[in-house]
Amino acid sequence: MMGVKEKMTNSKLIPEIRIENLYKTFVTNKGQEVAALRDINIDIYSNNFICLVGPSGCGKSTLLRIVAGLEKASSGNAIYKNKKIDSPSSKIGLVFQEYSLLPWRTVLENVGLGLEFKKISFNKIKKIAGEYLELVGLSQFAGAYPYELSGGMQQRVAIARALANDPEVLLMDEPFGALDAHTRILLQKELLRIWEKNRKTIVFVTHSVDEAIYLADRIIVMSSRPGKIKQCIDIEMPRPRNRANPLYGKMSEQILDMLEEESSLATPLAELAVN
Amino acid sequence: MKKIGISFFLPIVIPVLFIILWHELALSIDNKVILPQVKDVLSLLLHPGQELISMGSLLSNVLVSLARVLTGYLLAVIIAIPLGILMGYYTKIFKLFNNFLGLFRPIPPLAWVPLVLAWFGVSSMATLCALEKGQLYIYLNNLKLSMVFIIFIGSFFPVLTSSIYGVTTVRKTLLDSAQVLGANQLDIFRKVLLPAAAPSVVNGMRIGLGVGWMCLVSAEMLPGSISGVGYLITHAYTLARTDIVIAGMISIGAVGAALDYLFRNLEEKRFKWQYLSR
Ligand SMILES: Nc1ncnc2c1ncn2[C@@H]1O[C@H](COP(=O)(O)OP(=O)(O)O)[C@@H](O)[C@H]1O
Ligand SMILES: [Mg+2]
Repeated sequence: MMGVKEKMTNSKLIPEIRIENLYKTFVTNKGQEVAALRDINIDIYSNNFICLVGPSGCGKSTLLRIVAGLEKASSGNAIYKNKKIDSPSSKIGLVFQEYSLLPWRTVLENVGLGLEFKKISFNKIKKIAGEYLELVGLSQFAGAYPYELSGGMQQRVAIARALANDPEVLLMDEPFGALDAHTRILLQKELLRIWEKNRKTIVFVTHSVDEAIYLADRIIVMSSRPGKIKQCIDIEMPRPRNRANPLYGKMSEQILDMLEEESSLATPLAELAVN
Repeated sequence: MKKIGISFFLPIVIPVLFIILWHELALSIDNKVILPQVKDVLSLLLHPGQELISMGSLLSNVLVSLARVLTGYLLAVIIAIPLGILMGYYTKIFKLFNNFLGLFRPIPPLAWVPLVLAWFGVSSMATLCALEKGQLYIYLNNLKLSMVFIIFIGSFFPVLTSSIYGVTTVRKTLLDSAQVLGANQLDIFRKVLLPAAAPSVVNGMRIGLGVGWMCLVSAEMLPGSISGVGYLITHAYTLARTDIVIAGMISIGAVGAALDYLFRNLEEKRFKWQYLSR
């Protein structure tokens, strides 16, 4: 009895991903050091939808790449379920900001890519990939090539590909950044529908405050380079969220103010004015 | 309608004018050593199987040349593609080989001839296989090591360079996305790197085959050769058979163009994604 209870509380208390005292410094080709991330501490719990917002260049992509195992921290740790992350694994998926589909493969073959790496049988791959393609509403494009699809469709395929691999955590790096406003809102709704169905943990990077408030359980605001955590904000508005809700506007204003502070800090002119 | 007609006739205008000019010139010069008549050359080309100047037929000499090129070319491809892919992917392997190969790259294949003749003389694939008679001996004896080597050198660098290029220009996001989907090193090579580099590799194979073909003909014109289109041309020249010289040259051009066409066709069919992707 005791054991079960302990386990339950544990899974609630132990974060799925813990980032502790994480620093990242790049060394450029010329030997210059660029501090990208400074003293990042974040706990991310199972089934949560986290949005990461911050000015561009503050290290959001770098942070995701470290959590995905594509990049190594200079110091500090990124931990997944009590294990240090030091290489990519299929447990943690990543949807890239730029187009990342293999252009010589059809849509269906792209969605099945991760399953091929798991050495699953051909027929099974086809079946699973087909299901996820249906989930993102692109069944009729199974045989098409990426260049035959619009940007929004390509991103949906990339999301289907990540989900088909059945990761525990899905990292998304400005996945809708290159899309027009209409498609973007459409895909936000679609993503929430999928998330409510399978409840993966999602860490979603965006520079759109509106998008973050629409999607997130919790918004993490980062300061400009070198990136630090400025504030964490829990969004408790009921879903589906209504952009007309006065609370929505208030939140948005509050976060935008925070970001504006950041961008004015970053410009030398403002620094002069302060001095 | 009119547009289709023009675009259909456009490519044959120049060749037709050229043939008319040749015909008129041949008539006015009236010396078949300087310029034989179109119809004489044409009749040679239309009967590629007929025995010429006791050297066998045009066709059989073209086939001998093709066999030589393919041998040297295949050797080059077998070595250059894996080496190029490894050099493109692993910086260390690139550094290990690049300077060394860079020294050899600018040497024209024909500059190797004296050295290669000194090394291999007239020994052939038959010598390598320790054959001294039989049908196979006759075939293999035509594949002189010196020629195979020259073709190898000619084909090698285009294939190597474009394989390296193909691998180094693969978008990093593609490699990263395969890695986060759980690919191991072998998966990355087989399912991302190779298909992504394939268009460039095949392009290099096409250029390499072209260079090999050009090297062969020059190599066959050297002393010591007794067959092949290159030799046929040289020998016909000494007999003042200019019609055979021209027929030989046209065969060389046609075979080269046909090989090139085969590759282009393959590239267009298989690598459509490359031209259409952003
Ligand atoms: N491979 C790299 N080498 C050097 N500097 C890098 C590299 N990757 C990112 N940076 C730098 O780190 C900072 C953070 O980049 P990034 O994580 O892409 O920011 P964001 O995604 O928030 O826009 C930027 O200043 C960028 O120039
Ligand atoms: Mg970014």
